[in-house]
Amino acid sequence: MAEITLDGLRHSYLPNPKKQSDYALKQMDLKWSDGGAYALLGPSGCGKSTLLNIISGLLIPSEGRILFNDQDVTSLAPDERNIAQVFQFPVIYDTMTVYDNLAFPLRNRGIAEDRIEQRVREISTMLELDDMLSQRASGLTPDNKQKISMGRGLVRDDVNVIMFDEPLTVIDPLLKWKLRSKLKELHQKVNVTMIYVTHDQTEALTFADQVVVMQEGEVVQVGTPIELFERPAHTFVGHFIGSPGMNILPCEILDGKALFNQQALELEGPIRADLAASPDSARTEIGIRPEHVSLGKAGDSNTLGGTVRKAVDLGHQNVVEVLVGEHRINAITEGDLPAAGDEVTLHFQPEYTRVYADGWIATEEAKA
Amino acid sequence: MKTLNQKAWFFVLPVLILVAFNALVPLMTVVNYSVQETFGDNLFFWQGLDWFQQVLRSERFHGALGRQALFTITILLIEIPLGVAIALAMPRKGFWVPVCLVLMALPLLIPWNVVGAMWNIFTLPDIGLAGYTINEVLGIEYNMTRSPLAAWITIIVMDVWHWTSLVVLLSYAGIISIPDAYYQAAKIDGASNWAVFRYIQLPKMKRVLTIAVLLRFMDSFNIYTEPFVLTGGGPGNSTTLLSIDLVKTALGQFDLGPAAAMSLIYFAVTLLVSWLFYTIMTKDDAQ
Repeated sequence: MAEITLDGLRHSYLPNPKKQSDYALKQMDLKWSDGGAYALLGPSGCGKSTLLNIISGLLIPSEGRILFNDQDVTSLAPDERNIAQVFQFPVIYDTMTVYDNLAFPLRNRGIAEDRIEQRVREISTMLELDDMLSQRASGLTPDNKQKISMGRGLVRDDVNVIMFDEPLTVIDPLLKWKLRSKLKELHQKVNVTMIYVTHDQTEALTFADQVVVMQEGEVVQVGTPIELFERPAHTFVGHFIGSPGMNILPCEILDGKALFNQQALELEGPIRADLAASPDSARTEIGIRPEHVSLGKAGDSNTLGGTVRKAVDLGHQNVVEVLVGEHRINAITEGDLPAAGDEVTLHFQPEYTRVYADGWIATEEAKA
Repeated sequence: MKTLNQKAWFFVLPVLILVAFNALVPLMTVVNYSVQETFGDNLFFWQGLDWFQQVLRSERFHGALGRQALFTITILLIEIPLGVAIALAMPRKGFWVPVCLVLMALPLLIPWNVVGAMWNIFTLPDIGLAGYTINEVLGIEYNMTRSPLAAWITIIVMDVWHWTSLVVLLSYAGIISIPDAYYQAAKIDGASNWAVFRYIQLPKMKRVLTIAVLLRFMDSFNIYTEPFVLTGGGPGNSTTLLSIDLVKTALGQFDLGPAAAMSLIYFAVTLLVSWLFYTIMTKDDAQ
């Protein structure tokens, strides 16, 4: 078990990277504490698998170091790092029984057979594989195969970190949910650092205590699921997490105020001083989640008038798309469903209304 | 109620006719010959199973069958492990992949009688490159027209040269279809190279290897052209394999009855061994 530190990590698949865009993984400095549950979230091609392979040792980074506790493991081979990885497609040894599969990593390390038996039985109970131990692994269902891959990591009691590379891709939707809660339960039981890579926000947000959101080889935000939801540090996070994603509206900065559609909107706090001083230096936008936009009455403060373009009843709530000027704004509302063409007034909750400059958050959090 | 439509038979008909004329009818002629005696003039006399008894009891047939089995087992024992080893050693990506594949495919593209003729000239003691080198440079007496051992070594080396590539290409196809994740998982599990071969590569190659063994068994068991061109079955009858013996009986001596009986036995043996092997190898998959 270990605390994992990524120190100035950069990686390029090209032999002589020059430009910033040559790097699949741009500057990366992170610290993952021992026993935490982390998720790496980002769209395909954002570099999350690259980062995972660097941690597991399948890839040596172009620059930077990886530390497990205080030991530099950057150039160690995967088997010397004492890590485990569960792959997208279940990797099992077809010709072996479930028992032999679980025992394999221990046998390779020359551990005594009675100790192996004890560990395998312990882990198989934990994973509910007990009654399959003598079966050939090739005949099992995908979810049980994934459990075996996981088990091969867990049998080693000194494992530093277990990594999951989109492990639920091939699992049935119904079993996905079961296996996900099993994972969470396991994490609480064994207390090993786990890193879960996925492009599925639900998987990331339900599994992890801390989510690392990546985009184009860069970490855009690290935070708890609630932080990511309530205060996205980047428009990408706002857009990627949540359904529908955050409303992103172009705005002008004038005298320290944000103007959308020629109307000033109240924000969570003051605009960053450097941006307020030279508002033309960056592309500025207002970001607010649909959850924080509601239908209000004309005359209320912080409102905008618009026309309903369409409204969808999701059962427990409605998603209303409103046209303000030429911009579409989503609002999540409860109660009666407005009809298309209705004139409505949108109310923005000031504490969730923020300005983003070139994608990055540019308002200061209101002091409580 | 399901409506039955008999029109589907018309779609099967062309294949049926084709198979009938290229396989069933000739085979039936052979069956016809195998139970009769003929002296020409289209006169036939019923003979029952006499020819079968005669062939099965003849020492000449036993000898040919024994040599055939020895040949097939020897080349399988060499070609399968060698083919797998070469496939494992081949690069899996980069510039050398197409180069290796083309080199491997070359022997397979050469017509069989050309292979026989090539090796015949190649091993001639006086002018052949290999024959001359072994006799004159290395000083080892080697003449396949005189020594049965030399003849055997030559036909086996020739077959290995000609056909190992097939095993290589099939195994290679099996190896490159293994996803990278398997190798990565094995690395993480601390598996040795031997364990990777034994528990990942070999099981994943099982299907293609089954096909490779089957193809090599059938081809080598039915081999005719190459040894016929190379040694003609000699010296004496030391390299007279089943098919060479069969052709001698049928066309040399014109013993059509015994030759037909021998053909059928030959066919039955090939079919039986192939079927047994395939059934055993695929037994696990069915479970």
